[in-house]
Amino acid sequence: MHNARDNILNRLRRQRPEFPPQDEPASMDEGNETTLQQRIEAFTEKLRSVRAEVHLTTEQDWCHKLQELCRKKELDNLLYGNQGPLAEAMEKHWNSDDSTPRLVTLNETIESWKEPLFNDIAAAVTSVRTGIAQVGTLVLWPTLEEPRTYSLVPPVHFAVLHADKLYNTFAEVVEEEAWQEGMPTNALLISGPSKSADIEQTLSYGVHGPTELVALLVS
Amino acid sequence: MQTASDFRQRSEEALGNPQIRRNFRFAMDGLMAKRRAGLSDPREREQLRTQCAGIRVNALSKLPELLEQLEGNCTRNGIQVHWAESVDEANNIVLEIMRQHDATRMIKGKSMVSEEMELNHFLEDHDIECLESDLGEYIVQLAGETPSHIIAPAIHKNRHEIAELFRQKFPDIPFEEDPEKLARSAREILREKFYKADVGLSGVNFAVAETGTLCLVENEGNGRMCTTVPPVHIAVTGIEKVVEQLSDIPPLLNLLVRSATGQHISTYFNMISSPRKPGEKDGPQEVHLVLPDNERSRIYEDDELINTLRCIRCGACMNHCPVYGRIGGHAYGSTIPGPIGSVVEPQKIGLDTLGELPTASTLCGACGEVCPVRIPLPDLLNRLRYEGVRNNNDGKVKGQSEQRKGTEAWIWKSWSWLHVQPMLYRLAMRTATRLRSLMPRKLGPWTDVRRPPRIAARTLHELAREKGFDNA
Amino acid sequence: MERQRHYPEKPGRIYFFGTCLVDLLYPEASLAGMQLIQREGVDVIFPKDQTCCGQPAWNSGYRDEARAVALAQLKCFPLDYPVVVPSGSCAGMMRHHYPRLFKNTPQEQQVQALANRVYKLTEFLVHVLKITLKDLGTPAKVALHTSCSARREMGVAEEHEALLQQLGNVELVEQERKAECCGFGGTFAVKHPKISAEMVSEKAEHISNTSADTLVSGDCGCLMNISGRLNHQAEKIKGKHIASFLWERTNADSQ
Ligand code: SF4
Repeated sequence: MHNARDNILNRLRRQRPEFPPQDEPASMDEGNETTLQQRIEAFTEKLRSVRAEVHLTTEQDWCHKLQELCRKKELDNLLYGNQGPLAEAMEKHWNSDDSTPRLVTLNETIESWKEPLFNDIAAAVTSVRTGIAQVGTLVLWPTLEEPRTYSLVPPVHFAVLHADKLYNTFAEVVEEEAWQEGMPTNALLISGPSKSADIEQTLSYGVHGPTELVALLVS
Repeated sequence: MQTASDFRQRSEEALGNPQIRRNFRFAMDGLMAKRRAGLSDPREREQLRTQCAGIRVNALSKLPELLEQLEGNCTRNGIQVHWAESVDEANNIVLEIMRQHDATRMIKGKSMVSEEMELNHFLEDHDIECLESDLGEYIVQLAGETPSHIIAPAIHKNRHEIAELFRQKFPDIPFEEDPEKLARSAREILREKFYKADVGLSGVNFAVAETGTLCLVENEGNGRMCTTVPPVHIAVTGIEKVVEQLSDIPPLLNLLVRSATGQHISTYFNMISSPRKPGEKDGPQEVHLVLPDNERSRIYEDDELINTLRCIRCGACMNHCPVYGRIGGHAYGSTIPGPIGSVVEPQKIGLDTLGELPTASTLCGACGEVCPVRIPLPDLLNRLRYEGVRNNNDGKVKGQSEQRKGTEAWIWKSWSWLHVQPMLYRLAMRTATRLRSLMPRKLGPWTDVRRPPRIAARTLHELAREKGFDNA
Repeated sequence: MERQRHYPEKPGRIYFFGTCLVDLLYPEASLAGMQLIQREGVDVIFPKDQTCCGQPAWNSGYRDEARAVALAQLKCFPLDYPVVVPSGSCAGMMRHHYPRLFKNTPQEQQVQALANRVYKLTEFLVHVLKITLKDLGTPAKVALHTSCSARREMGVAEEHEALLQQLGNVELVEQERKAECCGFGGTFAVKHPKISAEMVSEKAEHISNTSADTLVSGDCGCLMNISGRLNHQAEKIKGKHIASFLWERTNADSQ
């Protein structure tokens, strides 16, 4: 279809558009300087407002919290990346304790585990790259160890976020982490459990993605 | 293809259907209230609108270069880019990709461009199952209908109608009227479809030239499913959807979501820059980007109409349109309804068939007032009215002049003739006031619901003269 | 919506541009507008050769016809006095659409200069004349429909309210969906009569729900539409153009 390409581009070049001069947006001094504490509060409030759970926890305690929540939710297995950043702490904790829920990891590629992923996995836990305080958002760059479907297919998604990584706005994340210098296969912003308002504008949760989103905010 | 030549009939039918009226009124009131609450600080709102308008204008002013840059970066990342001049070409590209993989099952995320292509019908004619997975789109597909709103496709139906539809289609699942339970039923039905699909198809909200990134905004997770689970992902989007750089994205996402639904952010924002890389465990092995033109490059050539292409499809203009709110989306008979539909669709399909749509507005300005990218929608509607009736055809707009009718043109000519002759005009007005008792009591449909207007006893010119304001 | 506009000092003299609809149906509205301005010590000139701003044809797509009529109006304003227009849609036509209508014509500059000095009457009273009003009328309950062009094209809805709020005996009541269009839209009402009828019926209902005794509008088109509907429903609500309303309540001889 190379013809189509050239034809389209040629047509677009035939006449350069002329726009009247555009207004400059007024600068919004966003009262930017926020403290970490303020960011944590904003993040928690916003994420809870869309029916996600947020638990404040610590480096020592988050595994315990995770396990406790799994048990409370009566989950009988938990998907995690056994080579991922959470693995070491989790395995240690799970070993020292009794070992429910069962920890599961999926090796090979999705082709070999699509069906169990959809049918058998009760929950998954992933790490989170950073968070956005103003809108209560988790920023994920899924990795080899914690692939994309982990945060998508299981009915419950636990997300472990280190509070020192909270940014105020999405614009700050993109700028300060210089995303334009190299984007991953998939970058994701997740702000709450899956939902829809397609029936009478009434919010229904858990449509295709996770029904529950649980953020463990570690500080 | 539907046409709007019978727009009037369809709109009158809709007006006569109290259920449709109620469903739309209820939904539009809700959406307007949510936007108001979500954008409550006028200073911030106007600042963001200016910023986003600037981003879109900047992108359009460099469109061919940005498209080449997008193509270059996508290709480097392993995304295969396909250009299509027409809807037919775009459909065939999709079909060809399906055939290369012996694919028979497609699962679709929301894509207005695929609606524009009528892709579902096309693929079904080629024995490919093509299933919508966005809840609203799924409902509409089950009912054999088309979307009536660009972000809330099933907005014309209420829960009872949807429950009834599910009962007919799935007699085995228990009857439910609760929206949450209906949504759960759809989840259960579609889950298997996601992992069995051979190809996932999605739209694109923004394509970033700088990095070759495709961005998708959604709440349900079906978009992520379609772009992650099947082995092949095909994204379709119009050539106008490109933006220059990644830093353009945060403000656009922010204002798009808040204008559309008043949420502070959508549940998911999905940025795709490549197919599965070696070592990665999931994600599609192939990603294709199909870029249909379908008249966009023609729209691009006009310095005023080009503003049509700024649209980021938030739906706010229809939510706030008093005409749309009363007749609903189907009355328009076009893929995209409401004010932006009345602007973009006649330019794509032709003013000959859809030339009535630009008249379906009082030009009250409610649409332009809320548009996040400041598209001057009333001005564009006005322009297309002109294109529809102008008598010197320059061939630049499809179906130009086809709305010109002899009597109407004659009336305006006579009107003009009278109003350029002040003396004659004054005489005519004076005569009208003197003959006011002869004014008919019935003035067509106007007086079906209104008293006829009463002509004054004396003209303004006479009164002004008497009081000495007259410059004579 | 219009960006922040800078207003001049009070001028010695202005041109007043009434409209075709006003001319035939509500001549007293324009007259009242001129009297209000004159009372503030400003000379009012009513160019007698004015006919119509051209908006009906412009909005119907008949641009050549609109331009011919607009061209005839240009002759009415030879000097650079402000041009004051009682109707929101005519003001919007002259201020915003004349420059588009005359783009790439020999009159382009002349028209832009004219557009720059066009004011909607209410805006002129508030911002240029800084008028203060003393209410001489009996207590009244008023619903206001500014017109969409006044509200969104000219961005002067608040000025209407400010003027009415100066009247001590007037209680301003707010109807549901206040900012929504009444469904007139010029030829829209002719081309899509059923939709228009639906819109005006709801508008009239919302207004009568307020139990207002007077409907005040900033535009004669809306006034004709809504009053026509109210009267059809045998509602007792009087329809008044804001200029007539202000003049009658503040002029001793009208009481
Ligand atoms: S025209 Fe503006 S308001 Fe309408 S859908 Fe497009 S971006 Fe949204």
